[in-house]
Amino acid sequence: MKFFWEARKVILLSALVYLVVKSVFYFGFVSQYIEQITLYALIVILTSLGLNVIYGYTGQFSLGHAAFYGIGAYVSAYLTKVFGIENVFAYIPVLFVSGAAAGLAGYLIGIPILRLRDDFLAIATLGFGTFVRVILDNSDKLSEVLGGSRGFVGIPRLTTFELAFMVAIFLILVTRNLIFSRYGLFWRCIKSDELASASIGINTFSMKLMAFTYGCFLAGVGGALYANLYTFLHPSNFDILKSIDFLIIVIVGGMGSITGTIYAGLIWVGFIEGLRIVLPAEIVDLRWVFIPLLLIGLMMWKPYGLITKSRR
Amino acid sequence: MKKTLCICLVLLISLFCTGFSFAKDVVKIGLITPLTGDVKTFGESTKNAFNIALEEYAKTGKYKIVPIIADDRNDPTEGANAALKLISQDKVLAIVGPLTSKVAIPVSEIANSNKTPMISGTATSPKVTFSDGKRKPYVFRACYIDPFQGTIGANFAIKQLKVKTAAVLYDVGNDYSKGLAEYFKATFAKGGGNVVAYESYQKDDVDFSALITKVGMKKPEVIYVPDYYNKVALIAKQIREKGLKSALIGGDGWDSPELIKIAGNSIVGGSFTNHYSPDRKDPIADAFIKKYKEKFGNVPDALGALGYDSTVMLLKVLDNVKRPTQEEIMKALTTVKNFKGVTGRISFDKNGDAIKSAVILKVEKDGFKYLTTINP
Amino acid sequence: MELLGYILQQCINGLQLGAVYALIALGYTMVYGVLRLINFAHGDIFMLGAFIAYYLISRFSLPIYVVFALTMLCTALAGYIIEKVAYKPLRNAPRISLLITAVGVSLFLEYFLSLKSVFTPNYIAFPRPFEVEAFDVFLFTVTNVQLIIFAITGTSLGLLYLLVYKTKKGTAMRAVSYDQEIASLMGINIDATISLTFIVGAALAGVGGILYGIAYPQINVFMGIMPGIKSFIAAVLGGIGIIHGAVLGGFIIGMSEVFVSAFLSSTFRDGVIFVILFLVLLLKPTGIFGKRIDKV
Repeated sequence: MKFFWEARKVILLSALVYLVVKSVFYFGFVSQYIEQITLYALIVILTSLGLNVIYGYTGQFSLGHAAFYGIGAYVSAYLTKVFGIENVFAYIPVLFVSGAAAGLAGYLIGIPILRLRDDFLAIATLGFGTFVRVILDNSDKLSEVLGGSRGFVGIPRLTTFELAFMVAIFLILVTRNLIFSRYGLFWRCIKSDELASASIGINTFSMKLMAFTYGCFLAGVGGALYANLYTFLHPSNFDILKSIDFLIIVIVGGMGSITGTIYAGLIWVGFIEGLRIVLPAEIVDLRWVFIPLLLIGLMMWKPYGLITKSRR
Repeated sequence: MKKTLCICLVLLISLFCTGFSFAKDVVKIGLITPLTGDVKTFGESTKNAFNIALEEYAKTGKYKIVPIIADDRNDPTEGANAALKLISQDKVLAIVGPLTSKVAIPVSEIANSNKTPMISGTATSPKVTFSDGKRKPYVFRACYIDPFQGTIGANFAIKQLKVKTAAVLYDVGNDYSKGLAEYFKATFAKGGGNVVAYESYQKDDVDFSALITKVGMKKPEVIYVPDYYNKVALIAKQIREKGLKSALIGGDGWDSPELIKIAGNSIVGGSFTNHYSPDRKDPIADAFIKKYKEKFGNVPDALGALGYDSTVMLLKVLDNVKRPTQEEIMKALTTVKNFKGVTGRISFDKNGDAIKSAVILKVEKDGFKYLTTINP
Repeated sequence: MELLGYILQQCINGLQLGAVYALIALGYTMVYGVLRLINFAHGDIFMLGAFIAYYLISRFSLPIYVVFALTMLCTALAGYIIEKVAYKPLRNAPRISLLITAVGVSLFLEYFLSLKSVFTPNYIAFPRPFEVEAFDVFLFTVTNVQLIIFAITGTSLGLLYLLVYKTKKGTAMRAVSYDQEIASLMGINIDATISLTFIVGAALAGVGGILYGIAYPQINVFMGIMPGIKSFIAAVLGGIGIIHGAVLGGFIIGMSEVFVSAFLSSTFRDGVIFVILFLVLLLKPTGIFGKRIDKV
C-alpha cells in the first residue's frame, strides 16, 4: 500500500489525464487514427523507458533494444493466437509472460556481453539485434504460424486504451520506485563511474545485469502491446532502425529522466505522424533527411538531451 | 511548469488541426505506396501511374477526385497508421495499394473492418484477400497470386522447355520471391522434375558467388530466379561469369526495361511469366506507356502498370454505381469481368483475386518478346 | 578432386569479398585508433565512393585510373568534412554523443543521397568499364575482376603500410592512437593528425566502393550498412586499432561468409558473422592481434 501512497501525486495526475483523453476519444473529437497513434505513443514510451533504464540510468549503450521489443511481440502474438485469447483479463498474464521472455533473453545475453566496454557493447547489442531479426525472418521454419518473412497475421486485437494506459502507468510507477530505491542509486553510480562504484563495494556486474534485464522486460511488454494492437508483425519492424528510434527518444528526452522519456515519446510519435499530415506527399521524403540532421544538431547543442537535470 | 504548458498547448493545437475535414462534395481516393524506403522506385512508379489515371478520369469522370497519397515506407506499422489516417481522418472512399504483401496484409485488415474498398495492384500473398479461413470482402487485387505464377513457371519449364532438373534461387526475406519459389518447386516435382538445389539469399546480398558455385556443382538445366529485376540482373550476371549455362526463368518481377540494361547479355535467352506483353499490339497498353514516358521520362514498370489498372478499375466502377458509397463500390467490384487493363483482361474471382491470363516472355537483346499465353 | 576444386573456388570467392571488407575495415580501425569512435558513417563513405565512381564513369566516361583518383579525392574530402563538421565539435563530449552523431551522419548520408534531386533511391547498374574474362587455373576459375581487386587492394595496403610505418605523419597517427595527450605534448598537431586519419580511411573506403561496384555491379544508397557493420566486426576481430588486424579480419569475415553460404545456407551468412563477433568479444575482446588491456 505504501507503494500507492507514495505515488499518490502521480496516480492522481494520471487519472486526470486518463479522463480527459478518454472523453476526447469517446465523444469522437478525434478520429480513430489519432486514437491509434496515441496508443502507439504509449507503447513507444513504455519501450523507450526500458532503454532509458538500461542506457539513461545505467549508462549501457544498447543498439539492440528493438530485438527485445520484437521478442515480446512475437511471444505475445503466438500465445494469444494459439490459445485463442479473447478476454482482456486473460491477456494480462500473457503480457507479463511476454515481458518475462524478453527479460530472460536480456538476462542470458547480458551475462556475456555486459562485461564489455560501451562501444563494444554497442556492437554486441547491434549484432544481437540483427541476429534476432534473422531468426524472425526464418521463424516459419520453427512454427508455420509465426510467418517468417511473410509476417505474422491474425493476431487478436486485445490492446485497448484502458489496458495500455494502465499497464504503462503501473510500470512507470514501478520503474520510478526502482529508480528511487538503492538499485537506482547504484545504477546511477555505475553510470557516473563504474570503477569507482566497484571500489566502494557495489556489485557492478549484477546491478548492470539487473538494469538490463528489467529494461528488456519493459521492451517485451511494449512489444506485446504492440503486437495485439496492430495485429500484424513483420521482422523488418524490429531492426536496427527501430532500435535507433528508441535511442533517439531516450536521448531527446534526457537520459535519466522518466518524464523526459514520456514527453519525448509523445513528441516523437507526434512529430513523425504530424509530418505525415502536414507535409504533402512530394516532400514527405524529406522527413528522414531532417530527422538525422536534428539529431546531430541536438548532440552538438545539448549532448545530454533536451530535458535533463543539470549535471556537471 | 511553463515547459509543460507549452508542450500541452502544442499537442492540443495539433490534435485540433487534424480534426478538420473537408466539407465539399467530392470523392476522396487514397493511395498507400512506399515513397521512401527500400522499394521506393516501385512506389514512385505506382504513384505516377495513379496520377495519370486520375488525370484521365478528370477529363470525363463524374466526380471530383481528391487524391490522398500516403507513404508507407514499406513498413507494416507505417502502412497501418497511414491506412487508419486515410480512413478515419481523411475519410477516403477507397484505397489503392499497398504495394507489398507485408504492408498490404495489415492494411487489408483495417480496410476490411472499416468497410473501405481496397485494391492492391501488386501484393501477391494469398493472405491479403483471404486469411484465417475467411475472405475479406472489401479487399481486391489486380494481380494474380504467388501460387498461380510459381505453378505456371514450373509447367512452362517442364512442358515447353522440357527440362528435368532445376535449381531455385530466392530471396528469403521477400514473400513474393519465397511464394513463387515454393510453388515452382512443388509443381516442378509433381510434374516429374527434380529440384536439385533450392537456395535462399538475403535481400541485401550482392555476392552470390558462393551460392552460384554451389548450385553449379549440381548442373541444373534451368535456374528459377523469382525476384525483382535488380536482383535478377545481378544474379544473372554472376551466373554467366561463373560459366554456368543453365537457362534462366523468372516471374513478373523481371518486368522492367532496366533488366536488360543492367544485366546485358547474361539475361538474354531467359524467360519469365508476366501480366502482359509489350509487343503484342495493344492500344490501351501503348497509350499508357506513351503517356507515362512523356510525363516521367521512362517506360513504366509492371508495378506501375498494375497500379494504373487498379486505379482505372476503381474509377470506372465509381462512375457506374448509382451512389458513391463504399458498399456499392465493393459490390460492383465483385462483378468486374474482363476489364481491359494495361496488364491484360481482369476479372475477379470469389476471393477478389484477379483472374488473368499470364504470358511467357522471352528476353532478347532488344526487349521482351512474346512467347505464349497461359490461360487460367 | 571435384570437391577440392569447389573448395578452392570458394576460397577465391571469399578472398574477393574479403579484400573489399579489408579496405573498409582499415578506415574503421584507424579512426577508432585515434578517436575511440566507431564511425558509423564509414559504411556510407564506401557507398559514396561507389556512387561517385558511377557518376564519373557514366557521365564523363573517364578512364578508370582517373576515376579511381578522383573518387578517392572526393571521398577523402567527404571524410574530412564530416570530421570537421560533426565530430570535432564534440571531441570533449561524452563518447556516446559522438556515437549518436555518427549514427546521425550515417542516416543523413543515406537519406539525403536517396532524394531524387541528389542521386536516387533506386538500384543502379554500375557500369563496368571492361568486359569480364575468366581464366581457368588448375581446378578453379578466376576472373579478371577478381585479379584487379586483389591487385588494387594489395597496392593500397602496401601504400598504407608505407605511410603508417615509414613516414613521420604515420608515426604521428600511431602516437595519437596510443595516447592523445602525450602525443600533443610531444608537439604533434592532434587536429591535423586526426584529419589525416579520416582522409586516408575515407579514401580507402572509396576504393573499396569502386571495387565493390565493379565486382557486384549494383549500387544503392543503403548498400553501405551491412558491409559497414561486417567490416567493423572484421576490424574488431583482428584487433581494433591495429592495421594488420583489420586486413586479416576482413579476409576472415569474407571467407567465413562465403563458406557458410557454400556449405550451410546463405540465410545464415550474417548470423555466423555475429556469432564470430560474440566469440571474439567473449574470448579475446582485444582481437587477434590485440595487445592492449581493456579499461573497465
